[in-house]
Amino acid sequence: MMMNHSLKSLCKVAPGTVITGKWHSNKYTVLKELGYGANGIVYLAKFKNTQVALKMSDNGMSITSEVNVLRSFAKVQGSTLGPSLLDVDDWKSNRGQISFYTMEYIQGPDLLTFIQKKGKSWTTVLFLQLLNDLNKLHENGWVFGDLKPENLIVTGPTPKIRCIDVGGTTIQGRAIKEFTEFYDRGYWGLGTRKADPGYDLFAVAMIMINTAYPKRFNKTTGGISQLREAIRKQKDLLKVEKVIVKALQGHYTNAIQMRTELLSLVMDRKNPVPVNKSSVTTTSSTIQKQKINQTVSQPTTRQNYRRKKKKSRWAETFIITISIALLYFLYIFQKLL
Amino acid sequence: MYTGKIRQILLITDGCSNQGEDPIAMAALAKEQGISVNVIGVMEQDVIDEKGMTEIEGIAMSGGGVSQIVYAQQLSQTVQMVTRKAMTQTIQGVVNRELQQILGRSQTIEDLPPEKRGEVMEVVDELGETVELEVLILVDTSASMKHKLPTVKEALLDLSLSLNARTGDNQFAVFVFPGKKNDVEKILDWTPKLQSLTSIFSQLTTGGITPTGPAIRTALSSFNSKSSLRSLMTGDDESFLEESM
Repeated sequence: MMMNHSLKSLCKVAPGTVITGKWHSNKYTVLKELGYGANGIVYLAKFKNTQVALKMSDNGMSITSEVNVLRSFAKVQGSTLGPSLLDVDDWKSNRGQISFYTMEYIQGPDLLTFIQKKGKSWTTVLFLQLLNDLNKLHENGWVFGDLKPENLIVTGPTPKIRCIDVGGTTIQGRAIKEFTEFYDRGYWGLGTRKADPGYDLFAVAMIMINTAYPKRFNKTTGGISQLREAIRKQKDLLKVEKVIVKALQGHYTNAIQMRTELLSLVMDRKNPVPVNKSSVTTTSSTIQKQKINQTVSQPTTRQNYRRKKKKSRWAETFIITISIALLYFLYIFQKLL
Repeated sequence: MYTGKIRQILLITDGCSNQGEDPIAMAALAKEQGISVNVIGVMEQDVIDEKGMTEIEGIAMSGGGVSQIVYAQQLSQTVQMVTRKAMTQTIQGVVNRELQQILGRSQTIEDLPPEKRGEVMEVVDELGETVELEVLILVDTSASMKHKLPTVKEALLDLSLSLNARTGDNQFAVFVFPGKKNDVEKILDWTPKLQSLTSIFSQLTTGGITPTGPAIRTALSSFNSKSSLRSLMTGDDESFLEESM
């Protein structure tokens, strides 16, 4: 696209360039380019022997906007989803003033690469982590918005999922600022572009689908039917179909609901013995004590209920037959006497 | 606080004008009236020629708007992005003028220290969410656009999805050029919803000349007649909506 081209030429700096802040006079030495998005270029830079990520944009307002988001991320207790903000400043280059900010350098492969390398057994773990972090974000009134595998980095040594691009983060209730079509529920005709937790959960479900279709696919008919068909064609997705479809249809109101169901589904699968089934469900739900999900336990209780109902139906028939027979005998007896 | 509304013309075209007034001059005329002109150039496999490219950039430049050249597949994403970007740009312009009044002549947002800038940006964000927006969409229906029209329709429906997620009100109108009889034809009058486009778009005929300049001029007069109609109706939004649907 044109814009990327012009952006690149404006903020393009060669490795070795020293960037000095106009306000705080910190000096950063550019090491290499890490990537570029719609709003600017991110470089790896050196600052006093530590490595930092430095984002530059000719659009100063988009830098300011992202800094605002990162600042409010810092206030979210215990959340490590986004990078931490280090410095905000302007650089007087010979081509004019360019705004930039520096943040913690999050190193590692992106989500899809990681799963490809380390195996599918990691998939659920990472999604559980992601849902937990998203929940914290949502509880603080934000929605991530532009959630996609390219923005998700798995850092080590203990694998932990992190987000690197916060440009799409939007206050709940407002219109989503930035999105990518494949992960956008509006694009698939499955909802609005108003920022609510369900918007992010839809994107999470699409990323799950994406793990089985690394090259994504195009919209044909759109809607839930096309996506459901895509899920059914993949063995790995079929196992968590229930959770994906519910997220796609916006049945979850918060990330914890989705997390609990995903967890119980995975635990179920690893215990094929039906006797253990109910005990596993109960233990997993006691872990999530504060937010027990009714829908998780629903299938088992409903079954029990039905079984009970069946039993009582038999008893009913039995009692009625007996009592009618008894009455009949009494009647016969009376007539005979 | 800024309480006005933001008015935009969104021009979707794939080449150069060849009839009537200079579109760049007409775009300048729009800017004078506080209406920004944004242009999206749609390519297929072919590349838009140098002349068309210069014109597209020129219109956006003199119309105080944003321009973007894209492949047809990327149209949806681009249309909403360009509209949003132009809107933010307008709001920033307004906020900058306010700042200059408060802080003195040469001060703009960029001259504030980064810490203060954040607060200004919050105001800009807030306005972008709540401000009333009027977008007049001008679609080039010359022969070469024929097979791109379904994509254009999708992109416009997508635009209404994006903008209607805002808290602020939106009004859309759609004009095509060349029209059946005149240079320009109104196919959808001011309405908050673009969904009714679906049926109209399939009946569109393409062909003939590309009167971009006259199209922008007619679009401008539509904005003006709208505001006079509005003032007559004394802000009775409901009945106005019903009429236009």
